[in-house]
Amino acid sequence: MTALIPHSWLNWLGIPPWIWNPLSISLHAALEATVVVAIVGIALGYLLAKGHFPGRGVIETVCSLPMALPPTVVGYFLLTRMGGPGPIRDAEVHLFGHPLTFTFTGIVVAQIIESFPYCMRFSRTAISVVDPRFEQAARAMGLSRWRIALLVTLPLARRGIVAGVVMAFGRALGDFGATMIVSGSVPMATTMPIALYNAVFYGSHEQAMVLALVQLGVAFVILLGVSRLGKVRPW
Amino acid sequence: MTAALEVTVTRHIGEFDLDVAFAVESGISVLFGPSGAGKSLTLALIAGLARPDTGTIAINGDVVTDCAHRLHVSTQERRIGMVFQDGLLLPHRSVLDNVALAVRQASGRRARRAIARSWLERVGAEGFADRRPGSLSGGQRQRVALARALAGDPSLVLLDEPLSALDSPVRRELRALIREVIISSGVPALLVTHDAEEAEELGDVVISFADGRVTGQRIVERPVRPEPPQGPPGSTESA
Amino acid sequence: MKRRRDIAQTLAGRHKAAVLVVTVLVGVGLGFGVAHLMAGSIAYWGVVSGPFLITLRVAIPATLIAGITGVASGYVLAKGRFPGRNVLETLGSLPIILPPTVIGFYLLEVLSPGTRVGGFLTRVVGHVFVYNVYGCIIAATVAAFPFCMRAARTAIEGVDPLVEQAARTIGLPNWRVALLVTLPLARRGIAAGLTIGCARALGEYGATLMVGGDIDGKTRTMSLAILDSFTTPERNTMLLILVLMAITAMTGVGLLGRSRA
Repeated sequence: MTALIPHSWLNWLGIPPWIWNPLSISLHAALEATVVVAIVGIALGYLLAKGHFPGRGVIETVCSLPMALPPTVVGYFLLTRMGGPGPIRDAEVHLFGHPLTFTFTGIVVAQIIESFPYCMRFSRTAISVVDPRFEQAARAMGLSRWRIALLVTLPLARRGIVAGVVMAFGRALGDFGATMIVSGSVPMATTMPIALYNAVFYGSHEQAMVLALVQLGVAFVILLGVSRLGKVRPW
Repeated sequence: MTAALEVTVTRHIGEFDLDVAFAVESGISVLFGPSGAGKSLTLALIAGLARPDTGTIAINGDVVTDCAHRLHVSTQERRIGMVFQDGLLLPHRSVLDNVALAVRQASGRRARRAIARSWLERVGAEGFADRRPGSLSGGQRQRVALARALAGDPSLVLLDEPLSALDSPVRRELRALIREVIISSGVPALLVTHDAEEAEELGDVVISFADGRVTGQRIVERPVRPEPPQGPPGSTESA
Repeated sequence: MKRRRDIAQTLAGRHKAAVLVVTVLVGVGLGFGVAHLMAGSIAYWGVVSGPFLITLRVAIPATLIAGITGVASGYVLAKGRFPGRNVLETLGSLPIILPPTVIGFYLLEVLSPGTRVGGFLTRVVGHVFVYNVYGCIIAATVAAFPFCMRAARTAIEGVDPLVEQAARTIGLPNWRVALLVTLPLARRGIAAGLTIGCARALGEYGATLMVGGDIDGKTRTMSLAILDSFTTPERNTMLLILVLMAITAMTGVGLLGRSRA
């Protein structure tokens, strides 16, 4: 597992391992998750905003589920599907050589599922409020569907879309329940929220304060950015 | 005799400059002019829904807006009734409830509903008193809006293009109703319209508006009919 | 003909609420029956009922408190014109992406008798708020609040200001305009926010774990209990009841969609 920044740099800066280890794991996992979520989320948001196919409402509801379900249910589901016998586990073994439970990739999967709805809903709302006349003009100019989407619709909706991606990133960073269940809570190899939990329960109050403060600051910055960007509200 | 309404105001919005002064006596006075001339804005200022930059407004002798002395009586405390172009009745309440809510001179649910019902009769809307505004036609809604505006025993009735959203045949029908009900109620009224025919038919006085200014004022010749004002419905019943 | 239509309309209006309540009750009752039957023996229900009842004890007050405070805050944010309005909304929205353990940590800091603030609070109120149901309720309320607040704000902002103006012209004071006009017109969005808030309170895990302590019989909610039951036979019952919760979540999300349209 590679770190984003060399450990030697961080040690030199005076940041102890009990911070930068979970921090780098959190950032790394959240970044990977957000890349996947952004691609799929924007695409699905576009389809749901523009498409008129049967079952549209059902798909949107199902995709939004993780936002409202207990994270333990999501984690539980992932644990049994990815770890227990079944087609998903077989696929994992085939692709990765081992089941994904209790691994870094498993964490990424959990975060993808938990943060996906945020990106999709923001994108959907942002795309659906784009003035259709721009697209109509583009159609009159003879542009294909693909090019209209890429050159007209998405750029016009970029504020809301970026807000959705940032929000998803924040959610991935902050995930606790699903990540915890899927990956266990091995100290020194976990995400920031789990590290905080461990710090509280194994009594290191000082460490807990620092970890909490860092995460609070990050969440605040992310939310501020989202509110500046997206005057679009998915709820 | 105190004028029912005295207005002297200025208001500046973006590129638009409003600077008007006029007075209204009894009967129906019409603010007539093209769209964008500032008529609806003037009405909003009189109603207290907007504030002028300078000037005063007095309703029935009571000063409700005085910029120099920073006086601005809230809309709810000006005893006015207002009919909007889109009716703007509460969609989640019945017609009767809508009008009853406006009755402020009586207390007790039954008394308020009784007054509401008699006003609905006056405007020919008693047939749908228990229905929701959403199930009514535009013309029916405006009848109810008129009843609501008058039910609260106002000192002044304001009508902002009340018929502009309706079809011609309905419009003609309601014009006669508006004139008849308002004149017989004895409440002075100020009506905004850009329709010349409407201005002639409804107004006792026509005040012309253009580009935020009053450009003229004239009295409409009407055959004099010796009809004493009836006043609000309740007062004639006890006789 | 006309009168029959009017009667149907009035019936639909007044009794819609009653019909909804009955439907929900029947649905929940059916769900219970099904879960009970499928769970097999009553012993499982005995084990499951504890966490389930605790979850109800926590989620219902939490949703109510979050709902009332959320609507009030949403109203102030929608109508108010003061500097720092958006900063306030951001602060109130923090629990949406704050890791639940951070929420739990700061709640412990404030409520735990060991700390300065918590000790003071405990002495003043005379009641401990950690490691019991009250802590769980507070944690769930904090988690649900932002959803209620944001949905309420959006819904209230969406009310046609002209209708409110019309209500002012007939003499209704501002508080009556809010109660009789603004809030009823915003009720769909507010209801959607309540449902999502409720779903969030039902599913709260991280903060509840830290503030409540996962005490069997006292603070072990369904979200917590599902983990411990992972290898035991009653997990199917747990799962079924959690599915009921999922249905609530779906309804909420579905309502959200429809209210936006």
